[in-house]
Amino acid sequence: MPVSENSSGVKVWQIRDRNQTLVRWFGYLIAVAVFMYCWKQISDATTWYFVWDAPRIAADIGSRAMPPRWEYIGELWGPIWDTLNIATLGTVLALIMAVPVAFLAASNTTPSKIFVRPIALFIIVSTRSINSLIWALLLVSIIGPGVAAGLVAIAIRSVGFCAKLLYEAIEEIDTKQIEAITATGASRWQVMVYGIVPQILPSFAGISVFRWDINIRESTVLGLVGAGGIGLQLQSSLNVLAWPQVALILLVILVAVVIGEWVSAKVRGAII
Amino acid sequence: MSTVVLDDALLEQRLGTAWRKPHFIKNPILRWTLLIGALVYLVLAFGSIDVNWTRVSEGLIRGWKFVVAFANPDFFTRGTDIREGLIESVIMAVSSTVVGIAISIPIGLGAARNIAPLPVYLVCRGIVALSRALNEIIVAILMVAIFGFGPLAGFITLSFATIGFLAKLLAEEIEDMNKVQAEAVKATGSSWLQWINYGVQPQVMPRLVGLSIYRLDINFRESAVLGLVGAGGIGATLNTAFDRYEFDTAAAILLMIIGTVMVLEYLSGVIRKKVQ
Repeated sequence: MPVSENSSGVKVWQIRDRNQTLVRWFGYLIAVAVFMYCWKQISDATTWYFVWDAPRIAADIGSRAMPPRWEYIGELWGPIWDTLNIATLGTVLALIMAVPVAFLAASNTTPSKIFVRPIALFIIVSTRSINSLIWALLLVSIIGPGVAAGLVAIAIRSVGFCAKLLYEAIEEIDTKQIEAITATGASRWQVMVYGIVPQILPSFAGISVFRWDINIRESTVLGLVGAGGIGLQLQSSLNVLAWPQVALILLVILVAVVIGEWVSAKVRGAII
Repeated sequence: MSTVVLDDALLEQRLGTAWRKPHFIKNPILRWTLLIGALVYLVLAFGSIDVNWTRVSEGLIRGWKFVVAFANPDFFTRGTDIREGLIESVIMAVSSTVVGIAISIPIGLGAARNIAPLPVYLVCRGIVALSRALNEIIVAILMVAIFGFGPLAGFITLSFATIGFLAKLLAEEIEDMNKVQAEAVKATGSSWLQWINYGVQPQVMPRLVGLSIYRLDINFRESAVLGLVGAGGIGATLNTAFDRYEFDTAAAILLMIIGTVMVLEYLSGVIRKKVQ
């Protein structure tokens, strides 16, 4: 038990003994050194004059942005509708692709653990690790600027996310129900429809609403790279330094995000 | 012996109705409204997307070039740019995670209803909500406008985003903690700091470590796109590569991002297993 003696020879309880403490301090030392090195790099790449000036600039931008240009909302309804479509249709498209991938990736439903499962897992990892903005960048240069590029970008980015959560749900299902269905002489497909699908349907619905909520947030900025939605208006307002319009757009985005989160919370509450 | 004519009604009476799969949504009115509403929405939504098919068919050739480029990525033509961008991304991710954790621990403590008084709780929850509602890219645009181009803007953006994520989950973890242990420490006459340190912290530490590593992973992924708006990192190089249709360089960058994320994910799995 880690104890030490104080000056008068009384034993005092400690949470760790000497060696553990030393190891910990050494760990902290390395962590601090790494952080200081990183900070030095950032600091070297920064023009500090601009940073000291920052409060004044922030106040300046703030004063220009207030009040928001309310009449600009008339031009925003179209982009808002586009943003909503990108998020919703993108999620639908993603789910259509994610379901087969999830079934191929789950170790209890995959047809082949050696060949098919690694491919499915690779699809999940690679689509998940690339941000939707990068997908949008790529798709804009392939299929041209517009809503379609944003929609496909959101869909591809969401496949990995949905498939990962879904295959984990499939792996956690109750095997007794599957056995019961199999015992009635059901075929492989019937087992799937009557044994597996009812068990994962609630988590499927939960995942889709959850991802839809995230996609609303992400689709608001896709326009920055030309992939449609309200981000386009944001970009063009920023380019001409029309801060009152920027303020209004940011407000609209905030409201959209809050509504999306509220809807998603309500639906998930109703399902689970 | 009289023959019984088995008409349908009688058959049904003898056998009982066949079992049918229950519907996912039980209320039929709600079900049909949702279904028809969804259909109408889909028609309207697809109607409002106009795709320029000639442009797409031209683009598909370019898309195929990109797929080919993925097979033989070019790591060397812009090797220095890629290396510098990637190192900058890692640096931004690491330092913003450290600062983000340092700030989100007090905010997380404040946002837990069972240890914070109501005014503190409301302020901390407000900070969390604000940080979660704003997309990283939008924050980055504002930060670039205020602090100028460079990794500092990206660093501040990521730190801010980390606060919302980590403080919220930490607060939820503290709210779910075992009260008995914390009370036992309090009963020994400990000060507030000792109470937090010996009663609360050991309970949430494993989760905090796991979440921090997960957030490091997210921050790295996000730092790859912040360059698009001038906030430092590999994104600027990637954007240039796409703009010039240098797909082999772009493929190299994407592969390196995927590789780094996979390494981070593997490391986080190992560390989380060790901690728990």
